[in-house]
Amino acid sequence: MSAPRTLFDKIWQRHVVVDRGDGHHLLYIDRHLMHDGSWTAFETLRERGARVRRPELALATPDHFTSTASRDPAAVADPMHRRHFEAIRANTKAAGITLFHVEDVRQGIAHVVGPEQGFTRPGITLVCGDSHTATHGAVGALAFGIGASEVAHVMATQCLWQRKPKSMRVRVDGALAPGVTAKDVVLAIIARIGAAGGVGHVIEYAGSTIRGLSIEGRLTVCNMSIEAGARAGMVAPDDTTYAYLHGRPMSPQGAAWDRALAFWRTLPSDDGAAFDRDVAIDAAAIAPMVTWGTSPEDALPIDGRVPDPADAPDAAKRESMKISLDYMGLAPGTPMETVAVDRVFIGSCTNSRIEDLRDAARVARGRKAVVPSWVVPGSGLVKAQAEAEGLDRVFREAGFEWREPGCSMCVGMNGDTGLPGQRIASTSNRNFIGRQGRGVRTHLLSPAMAVAAAVTGRFADVRRLAAPGA
Amino acid sequence: MQPFTTLTAVAAPLDMPNVDTDRIIPARFLGRTREEQLVAMFHDLRHDPEGRRVPGFVLNRPEFAGARILVADRNFGCGSSREHAVTTLVDNGFRAFVAPSFGDIFHNNCFQNGALPVRLPEARVAALRAQLNASPGATMTVDLVRQVVVGPDGVEDRFETDPFRRDCLLNGVDDIGLTMRHEAEIAAYEARRAAEPDGA
Repeated sequence: MSAPRTLFDKIWQRHVVVDRGDGHHLLYIDRHLMHDGSWTAFETLRERGARVRRPELALATPDHFTSTASRDPAAVADPMHRRHFEAIRANTKAAGITLFHVEDVRQGIAHVVGPEQGFTRPGITLVCGDSHTATHGAVGALAFGIGASEVAHVMATQCLWQRKPKSMRVRVDGALAPGVTAKDVVLAIIARIGAAGGVGHVIEYAGSTIRGLSIEGRLTVCNMSIEAGARAGMVAPDDTTYAYLHGRPMSPQGAAWDRALAFWRTLPSDDGAAFDRDVAIDAAAIAPMVTWGTSPEDALPIDGRVPDPADAPDAAKRESMKISLDYMGLAPGTPMETVAVDRVFIGSCTNSRIEDLRDAARVARGRKAVVPSWVVPGSGLVKAQAEAEGLDRVFREAGFEWREPGCSMCVGMNGDTGLPGQRIASTSNRNFIGRQGRGVRTHLLSPAMAVAAAVTGRFADVRRLAAPGA
Repeated sequence: MQPFTTLTAVAAPLDMPNVDTDRIIPARFLGRTREEQLVAMFHDLRHDPEGRRVPGFVLNRPEFAGARILVADRNFGCGSSREHAVTTLVDNGFRAFVAPSFGDIFHNNCFQNGALPVRLPEARVAALRAQLNASPGATMTVDLVRQVVVGPDGVEDRFETDPFRRDCLLNGVDDIGLTMRHEAEIAAYEARRAAEPDGA
């Protein structure tokens, strides 16, 4: 009888190709997602005269440099960006890698496209040259972000040298209050364990609250694992997972589905499996969250006040809080609900899926945005689905701009940035200094809360919004 | 890849926790050539919005010109996976980073570029930064052969490095070449997996 194992242990052990005996393993990689920032890896391969070992295990879609104003490739304004954006066509064609470029409705943010297509599945290892790759852990995969050299390594060898991270279980139990979403859950988790709280760990999210989340909600939670410093985040697969994956274009079909399903059911952590660290969070205590500072750990409930550096536990923390507040243009003690916003961004690999847009549209319906507000769907298919449901009309009637899919204002690499001093309510994942443009002040929140900010012109508790038209 | 054995050089203190890769290289510089990214290192800390150098920022001070060791605070290099964060530092001369902790991907990316990230206890790193602030331009040694950091005060601190990563750095071997030697094992693994039920 073997010792009880975690989901992470099971996936890890299954992928060890070489064990050096010194803690380092050559790990097999089942899936590789590529985007328009991956061009340097193709160059590395060319320089070495290496070929792509398993092109059928890769999937590429441009997202970082994509224009969200138009799907015409000419809309990528910067000539050098346009070159990288276009390079992915020749690179993937020569290598035999499937590509969804902008003329394909399936194009979108890599972390939205993977699960949507069934490219992501339980029990696999999946990597991408992007730190938000942990997203895919939501269906029970071990997924993590890598740098450009490692991207080239995976292309050439389908493997990576890795040290096994430690494990952490974050249990969230209880019912979420109305108006509280997966985004609020993960912001509450990061506020609790800190931006470096998960460094060197893989987090398994567990507990009744996580079980109760849809796959889309779990994708949002796992997506921000890196903002807690974690290598990866994952949720054990269950019937919700299987229902989500069934029938997706790249999911196994027929008898292969049945075999896969039987295997997937063996994956969840065994009873009594040990984690290096355990954290418990009470769902009932989570309110809609908003960040006040320049690290995702700087999150607090919407009815909270900007914290005072004088209350910081030590001098270093006091100093960093002062720098954050100075950058953010906020005074200690200010109620968050009185802080005015200049712009709103709904999108990113964290919150641009159909459920996010439904949530946002529910709040937007019959109301009017009073500041410039964008909705950027996560993929062409999300956009089409939203349009089929009439959500685009709801947003347009409420004064929101309805745009084309891409990473957009989350990272601003395509030029979608704010102006210095602007305060942006954003459903993205990072409120770092300069992230959305030099001098731009980013506040992270859920899609519903972003709409509440759009229609009131300040941070507002979505649970207490006045009725539309009132 | 350039080997790393031991380095004695001017060390610069960076007194900020959670320095993310957007601060090390803002996103607008990505997609540029490495030469063009030379100026991008800590760009918005080193320059004001009008493009003037910020005189107070540590790496703009003449005493720290030529610094090749950076002593940072916890969670250095957190955030995005952009390897440019490491390459812009390396191209500007930095080869060793000392901090209480690092962003995991940044940490991995260092080893791919001949740079050495060293973890030391938080209190010791704070003391090193204090010494560097008190004696600007002081040198330190980061010795991967003996796995010690020698502070400006001459005190040695031993550090741990993963043996595999250490070998690769000492010999300047990159991963791809090394992995290619395991072709037989990779092929055998693939054959075994192909017969298994998930069909991944």
